[in-house]
Amino acid sequence: MDNTITVTQVIPIEMYVWLSAALFAIGVTGVLLRRNAIVVLMCIELMLNAVNLLLAAFSTYLSDASGQIMVFFIMVVAAAEASVGLALLVMIYRNTKSVDISFLNKLKW
Amino acid sequence: MIPWILLLPLLGFVFSGLAGKYLPKALTGTIATGAVFIPFLLSLTLFGRLGQEPAMTVTLFDWLAVGDFHIPFSLLVDRLSVWMMLIITGIGALIHLYSIGYMHDDARFHLFFAYLNLFVFFMLLLVMADNYLILFFGWEGVGLCSYFLIGFWNQNPEYGKAARKAFIMNRIGDLGLLLGLFMLFQLFGSLTYSEIFSRLETMRLAEGALTVATLLLFVGAMGKSAQIPLYTWLPDAMAGPTPVSALIHAATMVTAGIYLIVRSAALFQLAPDTMEIITYTGLATSLFAAVIGLRQNDIKKVLAYSTVSQLGLMFLALGVGAYGSAMFHLTTHAFFKALLFLGAGSVIHAMGGEQDIRRMGGLKSRLPQTFWTFVVGTLAIIGFPLLSGFFSKDEILASVFLHSSVLWGLALISSAITAFYMLRLFFLTFYGKFRGTDEQSAHLHESPLMMTLPLMALAVLSAAGGLINLPELFAGDSGQWLANWYEGGVQEFQSAGHQLSHAVEWGLMGMASFVAIAAIGICYQIYVKKADLPREDVALKGWNRWAANKFYVDELYDAIVVRPLEKGASWLHGVIDRRLIDGFVNTVGALPSRISRFARLLQNGNIAFYLFGMVLGIILILILNFVMGTDLL
Amino acid sequence: MSLLLIPLLGALLMLAFVRGEAARPLSLLAALANLGLTIGYLFWYNPNNPYLMLADFSWIPQAGIRFKLGVDGTGLAMLLLTNLLTPLIIGSTYSRKLPGVFYGLVLLMQAALVGVFTALDGIVFYVFWELALLPIYFICAVWGGEDRVRITLKFFIYTFIGSLFMLLGLIYLQQHAPGQTFDWADLMKADLTPGASTWVTLAFFLAFAIKMPVFPFHTWQPDTYVNAPTGGAMLLSGIMLKMGIYGVIRWMLPLSDGAAQLYPTFIALAIVGIVYASVIAIRLQDIKRIIAYASIAHVGLIAAGVFVGNETALQGAILQMLNHGINIVGLFFVSDIIENRTKSRQLNELGGIAKQAPVFAALFMIIMLGTVAVPLTNGFAGELLLLKGLYEYHIWAAATAGLTLILCAVYMLRIYQFAMFGPAKALTEGFRDVRGSELIVLGVIAALVIVLGVYPQPVLDLTKAATGLLLEMK
Repeated sequence: MDNTITVTQVIPIEMYVWLSAALFAIGVTGVLLRRNAIVVLMCIELMLNAVNLLLAAFSTYLSDASGQIMVFFIMVVAAAEASVGLALLVMIYRNTKSVDISFLNKLKW
Repeated sequence: MIPWILLLPLLGFVFSGLAGKYLPKALTGTIATGAVFIPFLLSLTLFGRLGQEPAMTVTLFDWLAVGDFHIPFSLLVDRLSVWMMLIITGIGALIHLYSIGYMHDDARFHLFFAYLNLFVFFMLLLVMADNYLILFFGWEGVGLCSYFLIGFWNQNPEYGKAARKAFIMNRIGDLGLLLGLFMLFQLFGSLTYSEIFSRLETMRLAEGALTVATLLLFVGAMGKSAQIPLYTWLPDAMAGPTPVSALIHAATMVTAGIYLIVRSAALFQLAPDTMEIITYTGLATSLFAAVIGLRQNDIKKVLAYSTVSQLGLMFLALGVGAYGSAMFHLTTHAFFKALLFLGAGSVIHAMGGEQDIRRMGGLKSRLPQTFWTFVVGTLAIIGFPLLSGFFSKDEILASVFLHSSVLWGLALISSAITAFYMLRLFFLTFYGKFRGTDEQSAHLHESPLMMTLPLMALAVLSAAGGLINLPELFAGDSGQWLANWYEGGVQEFQSAGHQLSHAVEWGLMGMASFVAIAAIGICYQIYVKKADLPREDVALKGWNRWAANKFYVDELYDAIVVRPLEKGASWLHGVIDRRLIDGFVNTVGALPSRISRFARLLQNGNIAFYLFGMVLGIILILILNFVMGTDLL
Repeated sequence: MSLLLIPLLGALLMLAFVRGEAARPLSLLAALANLGLTIGYLFWYNPNNPYLMLADFSWIPQAGIRFKLGVDGTGLAMLLLTNLLTPLIIGSTYSRKLPGVFYGLVLLMQAALVGVFTALDGIVFYVFWELALLPIYFICAVWGGEDRVRITLKFFIYTFIGSLFMLLGLIYLQQHAPGQTFDWADLMKADLTPGASTWVTLAFFLAFAIKMPVFPFHTWQPDTYVNAPTGGAMLLSGIMLKMGIYGVIRWMLPLSDGAAQLYPTFIALAIVGIVYASVIAIRLQDIKRIIAYASIAHVGLIAAGVFVGNETALQGAILQMLNHGINIVGLFFVSDIIENRTKSRQLNELGGIAKQAPVFAALFMIIMLGTVAVPLTNGFAGELLLLKGLYEYHIWAAATAGLTLILCAVYMLRIYQFAMFGPAKALTEGFRDVRGSELIVLGVIAALVIVLGVYPQPVLDLTKAATGLLLEMK
């Protein structure tokens, strides 16, 4: 464990921040720009994982385990969300033969 | 004993109302008559007892007490109220008896007697009350019974309208009376007669307060006693069965206003401005109603306007402070007007419901008893010498003369007109040729004894009623029995006769007699010798036309009160209530939905749009937090 | 406490009889039991010991809220009103659709009203106040007439908004009350600046004025009455709108020292409402709508008396609340009987009923006379005191408000004339006279009209001490 921490700390914290910021930005861009619901879902996962990475990195640098606990929480939630979301998408696809979010606009006023 | 006088008519009402339907009509009628006749006998014994004691009071229970507003349900029998009680129960019993015959084939016979008994109860309550509020109970109660009885034949919407008109016009007066009562309570801290009158002497009253209070009382009296401007209900009230007109709208209820003012004489004495107003109102009513009476052709309408006119004469007497004379005339008027109405009822009965005197005539030989009693009644009302009306009218005229000779002249003109229209009615009905249909002619019959007996009794009273208060001129002070009797028990009574010289009094009396006798001569010429028939209303011109149409007062009230009120009601409901107020409420209620009509466009169902919004929000928060330095996180 | 529990448990029990015929007699039994209990309390009550406590335990201590119920003379009079009228209302309605739910809601309503009239804690008062709105909402929205949903929603939202202002006022008072509790006595002693006092009074006024209703907050009422089922209209007009008047007496008047300048306006509004509603009632055709406007007029008089707030007017107001409740329930029942038999409420389609149903005509007449305030009927004693109270305030107030005596005679006699008198028409041919439970209910109402008119003093004795105490707080 100590070894891992040492290895990790070799890379400066700024790198992790930039990396996760980049990942997050990619996720946001994907969510905003893509029409395919599956890609949107994946981009959301990407954003969550960007946060996870950041949490894990800070946890290591600060030697505080609570950040990693949050990571596990997020992973569980993300897994649940992904399964429900995918299940919904499968149902939508069966009904509409499409996963394009711009067609899924029936839920309005 | 005193409560029983009240209770018996009430029990009679309950009995006739509940059980009368299942009993023979004769029995119901007899019981109802008994429920009024026994109180008459009881009143007579009270009358005897009052020789020794000035007044008797009985408190039944405390009706209401809030703070210092304390109203006991108590009864007072003094010389004034016992006199009224005798009139009410005596004439009431006669009219009950008459009604048994008059109403014998009416399906709602029992209800008629129930209402009559209820009326007698309320009328007795009115005169026996020991304070103004209990008087007010009776006051409203008689109005209610009058409403029931005017509209007794309620299948006819016109009659219902007349009944409602009577009730509502009375209510207008009642509101005035009620406000007057509040004011009296404010001034004196009590509504009991004796307490008010005893405090009157020791209290210093604000200027004008008593004038306003007495004026409000007079407004009540105007409504009940049919004075200008609240008189139009009384002629319409003739829609009721004729015994009702005799009892309520001639002998008793309409005199309640006179009673009220006589009862409150102590107050009115101290309010000269009010007295002035009463004088002129009474005189104006007397003249105005008499003129209208001249051109009416409905036998009951003529008598109704005559009643209004005579009541005006009584108010005139009150206005000049001749309370005793007013009470005297009230009494004799009760006798002869009840007689005339019952006689008219007998005629209508014989004519099968016909009320138009142009379709009558020559009834003299066909209805002899009715005719002879009617003669007495007519002579009494026109003031033929030595009949009751002569004495009572003479007293009023003398009192008025003492006050002002101009007023006296006008009052004399009024009584001359009275003589004219009464004789016109009398000659047209009983003299000349029969002008009805053959069917009516075959049907003509004298009324049964049950109806003629009250007529005869009342005829005797109308003829001899003057004996209770002979002018001082004839029989000295002791002849003025009624006045003396009141003076022994009630203050503020004084007769005018003492202050006029005998020569003047002879003169006044001579004038009045001359007017009456001259009227007989002239009317005989016109209506019997020349057999001049009244023309149809449309053929009339000038003032005749106005008089026949009652000077269009009903139409005037319709135009300035009724129709604006109805229009206003529709306008208030349609425009103000519906559109303005409710419209405003609905607009406020609709405001959220108006806003949401635009706000909901944001929720367009486009997921990308929502996500864009989210990201925008996050960026905004970040900018606010880090760039602007706002402490959001 | 059992006053509250009997109807509540009764309401629960009704769920077992959702579609059953037994619901009506059972709910009647519960309501009568409550009436019996109330009469017991009337004998038990000792005027010298002002408050008869019914319940007092801690509820939400953190916010200073106690579940505190108690009655003084005024409260008892209101309990009498509630528990006297509920059995009459149950007896006079007959619900074919889901009787168990209907009568359950009526009992729930009764419980809530008992709560309102006994609450001595601001939040408890507020909770019961709102609780009373729920059953009446469902009664009107489920069993009502054609346009019921829209109109009931309007009524609900209108009164609800008013109540929210009251809640605001209560919370503000609590913040400034000596002990920071919601206890009634505590709240009334709150230390307010004149400005704050004005705002709190206005907030309360809004809630109570909408409920009563006082002109110009009345427009929900006629539509609601016309569209509500008769039982609902009776509950609303007979009891529920008295919540507003009672609210003024208990929760608003004792605060008035700082806001006295507002009261002339309130009085003027109430008096304008009397004349305004009376005039409108003159021309209407629909019996129920006339009764609704008549109710606005009569309640306007009570409201004017309450706002004047002197001893005579207050005592008269409480007496008149009882009388008005009795009369209006009677009138609605009469209109219901007419509507059930003829399928019409329009005056121009009716006529000649008196001849065919004399008993009904007589009982209707008595109730009508009570409404018109003829002496020796109940309406007179109350209106006399109210008018006298107004007279003590100002003679023109009494004279204007007194117009109701005339105008009420105009429109009530008009109803009677067109419905009962005249020749019978197609719809009224063969009108069956009242019998059975109809006769009993109408008979009881008519008897109450007479008895309370001939001898009103017991009610006044009941409320005398209590109004005295309330006036001292003012």
